[in-house]
Amino acid sequence: MIALEHITKQFGGVVAINDLNFHVKKGEIFGLIGPNGAGKTTAFNIISGNYTPTSGRVLFKQQDITNKKPNEIVKLGIARTFQNIRLFDSMSVLDNVLVGFDSRFKYNLFEAILRLRRFFTQEEMFTKQARYLLEILKLDTHQFDNAKSLSYGNQRKVEIARALATNPQLLLLDEPAAGMNITESEELADILHFIRRKFNLTIILIEHDMKFVQKVCDRVLVLDYGKVIFEGSPQDMLQDEEVIRAYLGDFVK
Amino acid sequence: MSKYFIRLALISAAVMILLYISMQYLDSYTVMILENLGIFIILAVSYNLINGVTGQFSLEPNGFVAIGAYVTALLLLDKNAKLDQFMLSDPSDFILAIHSSFVPALLISGIVASLVAFMLAFAVFRVRGDYLAIVTLGFGFIIRIFAVNQSEYTNGSMGLSGISNEANLMWIGVFVLISITVVLNIVYSKFGRAMKAIRDDEDAAEAIGVDVFKIKTYAFMTSAFFEGVGGGLMASLLTTISPEQFSFMLTFELLIIIVLGGLGSISGSILGTIIVIAGMEWLRFLDEPNFFSDTAHPGLRMVVFSVILILIMLFARKGILGNKELWDIVKVKK
Repeated sequence: MIALEHITKQFGGVVAINDLNFHVKKGEIFGLIGPNGAGKTTAFNIISGNYTPTSGRVLFKQQDITNKKPNEIVKLGIARTFQNIRLFDSMSVLDNVLVGFDSRFKYNLFEAILRLRRFFTQEEMFTKQARYLLEILKLDTHQFDNAKSLSYGNQRKVEIARALATNPQLLLLDEPAAGMNITESEELADILHFIRRKFNLTIILIEHDMKFVQKVCDRVLVLDYGKVIFEGSPQDMLQDEEVIRAYLGDFVK
Repeated sequence: MSKYFIRLALISAAVMILLYISMQYLDSYTVMILENLGIFIILAVSYNLINGVTGQFSLEPNGFVAIGAYVTALLLLDKNAKLDQFMLSDPSDFILAIHSSFVPALLISGIVASLVAFMLAFAVFRVRGDYLAIVTLGFGFIIRIFAVNQSEYTNGSMGLSGISNEANLMWIGVFVLISITVVLNIVYSKFGRAMKAIRDDEDAAEAIGVDVFKIKTYAFMTSAFFEGVGGGLMASLLTTISPEQFSFMLTFELLIIIVLGGLGSISGSILGTIIVIAGMEWLRFLDEPNFFSDTAHPGLRMVVFSVILILIMLFARKGILGNKELWDIVKVKK
């Protein structure tokens, strides 16, 4: 589905990612793990087109997307959420999700100005779909609330709904369970399994909550200082000595 | 759907009837204030689309208003009037050849302004924030310098006069309704949502597939269109124009209006225009000799007006309506 080949990213003298290689198969939930500053979010920014890598290339369904702009990459079917929540603060939850549908609306500026028939049918259709997404994420009671007024965990879910609205094949989630309590993160794990089946998704996620990773991920990759130190199943990761030394520490004991 | 058109028709009819009655029964001074108010509503509402709704701090309106005013003026003046007026140099053949009636002239003004906006967009939207403000500010100066120096097109600093006065209250009312309807229809559509998304977080908007440059350009061109039309109405209302009318002060006045009403609030812009434009007129009695002294105090109304502005901004930091609309607030109270 997606493959990173020899990706290196330098910021001035700092090597954020050094020769990163991995591929994710269709339908997988793939975890990107590692201590702070390991280059996980940088890898996301490279896939989503926010950064161009210093060298190497990104292949999405055999197509080179290394130098494409973020909005073009979204149209190809890759959507993302952000580590530091970036919702549109002045808008309602429903409107936030509707912005995600933006590139799928099929009316032009003049149809909007003259309020032609297609405007009304399209608005109605996508509002219905947006409500359905909010229902899946159990946010339907909040649809008219201002996005900023929601709890931290719910704001993360709005971001996921907004990303789903772009009709992605690959979903990049940057710390989706951060700021959630145990009940909420368990609920989120179920939701992720559900949307994977429902929308035929491949998911890559960054996460520090190891219980959540174990519950959700099929395969994980551990990064440390921009280098891969482990790739395999979450169960094996917990036993791996180098991972324990670099990242997990006393957590396992 | 049909509910929307019925409501629009009813509101438009009510406004036009009201304006017709005003024209019949009010004195010419009050009508003049209303006409001025209408033009500034057009300018403020359209300026708010780029500056408030899309959040692009641009300082361009005086440039587009000038373009609109000159295009309308040159289209309305006939050949003899142009030959009479152009003192500094002879009018160019192109200027002599163009002529049209009132409504086409206004539409052409709008189209010319939005075409200029389209070309300008490639340059100005390379930068964001304060830099955008500086670049667009420069554009206003360029237009004015062009108007002063290219005397075979604009008659230079002498300006143009004797423009036929066809912009009556009814026509201004029609264009006020059109501009508000168009801007609101854009705001309440996918384009408006994308514009607000760009204002709230440009990078996030791009990351979920909004074509940022295209949306900004749409907002800019729509703004420019109605600023051009507003400029045309202004030229026809005042019957004389000169480059000095379109200085940065015009932009500044519009900026005060939209900040006062609330950036991003269309009804706020209308309210802001009424307070600023009508307020300045209604406070005129302060300049005259009054109860406390027998001498006149020219400029006293400006002092009082400034105090009112400061007080409003102290108690309503984000303008009177913030980024909400009047009808949002009424709905919440229900």
